[in-house]
Amino acid sequence: MIVMNSEKNNPKNNENKQYTDKINNYIKKKYKRRIITNKLVTILTIISVVVAVIPLGSILIEVIKNGSEAISIEFLTQKPGALGSGKGGIGPAIQGTLIIIGLSSALSVPVGMLTGIYLSEYSKNNRFSTVVRFVNDVLTGLPSIVIGIVGYVTLVLTLGSYSVLAGAFSLSIIMIPIIVRVTEETLKLVPNSLREAGYSLGLSKTKITLNIVLSTAKSGVLTGIVLAISRIAGETAPLIMTILGTSLFFSSFTGPVDALPLRIWRLASQPYESAHSFGWGAALILIVIVLFLGVGLRVLIRKNLAKVEM
Amino acid sequence: MAVENLAPVEKKEQIEESFVYLDDEIEKSHSKLVVKDVNGWFGSKQALKSININIKPNSVTAFIGPSGCGKTTLLRCLNRMHEMTTGAKITGEVLLDGLNIYDKAINPVIIKRRIGMVFQKPNPFPTMSIQDNVAAGLKLNGVRDRNLIQDIVEDSLKGAALWNEVKDELDKPGVSLSGGQQQRLCIARALAMQPEVLLMDEPTSALDPLASSKIEELISNLRERVTIIIVTHNMQQAARVSDFTAFMYLGELIEYGATNQIFKNPKKDLTERYISGKFG
Ligand SMILES: Nc1ncnc2c1ncn2[C@@H]1O[C@H](COP(=O)(O)OP(=O)(O)O)[C@@H](O)[C@H]1O
Ligand SMILES: [Mg+2]
Repeated sequence: MIVMNSEKNNPKNNENKQYTDKINNYIKKKYKRRIITNKLVTILTIISVVVAVIPLGSILIEVIKNGSEAISIEFLTQKPGALGSGKGGIGPAIQGTLIIIGLSSALSVPVGMLTGIYLSEYSKNNRFSTVVRFVNDVLTGLPSIVIGIVGYVTLVLTLGSYSVLAGAFSLSIIMIPIIVRVTEETLKLVPNSLREAGYSLGLSKTKITLNIVLSTAKSGVLTGIVLAISRIAGETAPLIMTILGTSLFFSSFTGPVDALPLRIWRLASQPYESAHSFGWGAALILIVIVLFLGVGLRVLIRKNLAKVEM
Repeated sequence: MAVENLAPVEKKEQIEESFVYLDDEIEKSHSKLVVKDVNGWFGSKQALKSININIKPNSVTAFIGPSGCGKTTLLRCLNRMHEMTTGAKITGEVLLDGLNIYDKAINPVIIKRRIGMVFQKPNPFPTMSIQDNVAAGLKLNGVRDRNLIQDIVEDSLKGAALWNEVKDELDKPGVSLSGGQQQRLCIARALAMQPEVLLMDEPTSALDPLASSKIEELISNLRERVTIIIVTHNMQQAARVSDFTAFMYLGELIEYGATNQIFKNPKKDLTERYISGKFG
């Protein structure tokens, strides 16, 4: 309460002493309460962090504990062995997951980013963009099994077989709305003064959008892409209806393929101890892949974007 | 389209061919910019009312007036930035060396090249280095000649009185500079396009006094290179840096003349009251 001492020397404050006394009383009262509130909030946040981290951490520990035993070169590269034999590996599932993630991203990143760019930079909030935004939000909330059924009806039935294409198509429908939303929101955060600086230099809208706005917002957009990938990497329901799963390696985009979530689900539903151990192993690999993609993509793309800036 | 814009010399000739020197416009040909009966709107709100003003070449002209009187709007009408705002409209003519910048036949990129702009808050491109910020206008408009770009970057940074401070760290991000340096970087970025006119919208209002006075000094020196129009609500600044002053009020140009005359001997009562701080 050093403030109060200096206030006494100020003649103007003496004039209004009756006011300052009253205000100071309120401040003092409030200040005591504030110290208590601060402590309470701090404790609450710590508790929340612990509550959030404990289940996450224990899942991770459990997966690592149970999964690491299963992991070997054979496990990572071989086809599954005979049922219950404890032989072979999850090679096709790892391969399939990577192919599916790659193909889904190849489909959804351009579509999602361009839509997001349209909504943020070009649409001027017309009626069409309102509709697009609404449809996009509905898509975000769609249960993934429904998306799986859509993939089954539109691609599996028409093409006549379960296929990589159908799987990637369904997962793209999950990815696109996430990427659209994140792209739009991050681009909108870019200050308008940067666009104006671009216009004042005579730059075209395309140049401004790509080289200034998108380049400024790239880390946000990238986060959205990583988020979308993590979201689909573990999706099982749509894959059951579209790629079916197989114990063979990838043969063609129009044929079935295996994927880690499907393999984990299969292994977990078998009655053998060895299958369960493999299931934990596969889960660990899935987590590692998602983690690696998240971190790796960030580093890789950030470097490349910096180079092609101009 | 970008390649076309690369040849300013050719373009300039093309533009000069279309000059019209009518007898009654001889007077205007002595002006760098002639603003003829310009009206500006935001939607249905009229922000500029029949503005007429002639800007002398290689001079510094200050637009002063209370907040909201239309200084920024008028400035943005001079390089066709006003029309970028949704719902904004403009009528009238702005002649640059006798050529109407609103003429449909004119390449707007050339207008932007010839008339540069510096904004109220320093706005260097955050992902670009100092070097790339200065080169941005050239590179993104398709200039490929590296030596040319290098020379222009150095020349522009020198022109903006920033070269000595940054010459050893051209690869550092532009946003790592101090506020005043960032604003000078933005001036360099504008100068790199080799403009003939430089529009500055309250360029020092986000800066501390020391950084501001550096910019003011810079403006005085830049006069030899470009014609400068500066918006300011700081009357001392207008008095210090400008040769001519235009006083605006409620979207109208109230009085325009030599800075000395406007500050010492204003003709209009309204100007006098504003200058002496009676309102604003
Ligand atoms: N983007 C805009 N939309 C609608 N009205 C605007 C916009 N920008 C400015 N105005 C209005 O136009 C008038 C002039 O504004 P401005 O030129 O920015 O004034 P100044 O720069 O002199 O402070 C003000 O009344 C302001 O409210
Ligand atoms: Mg203004």
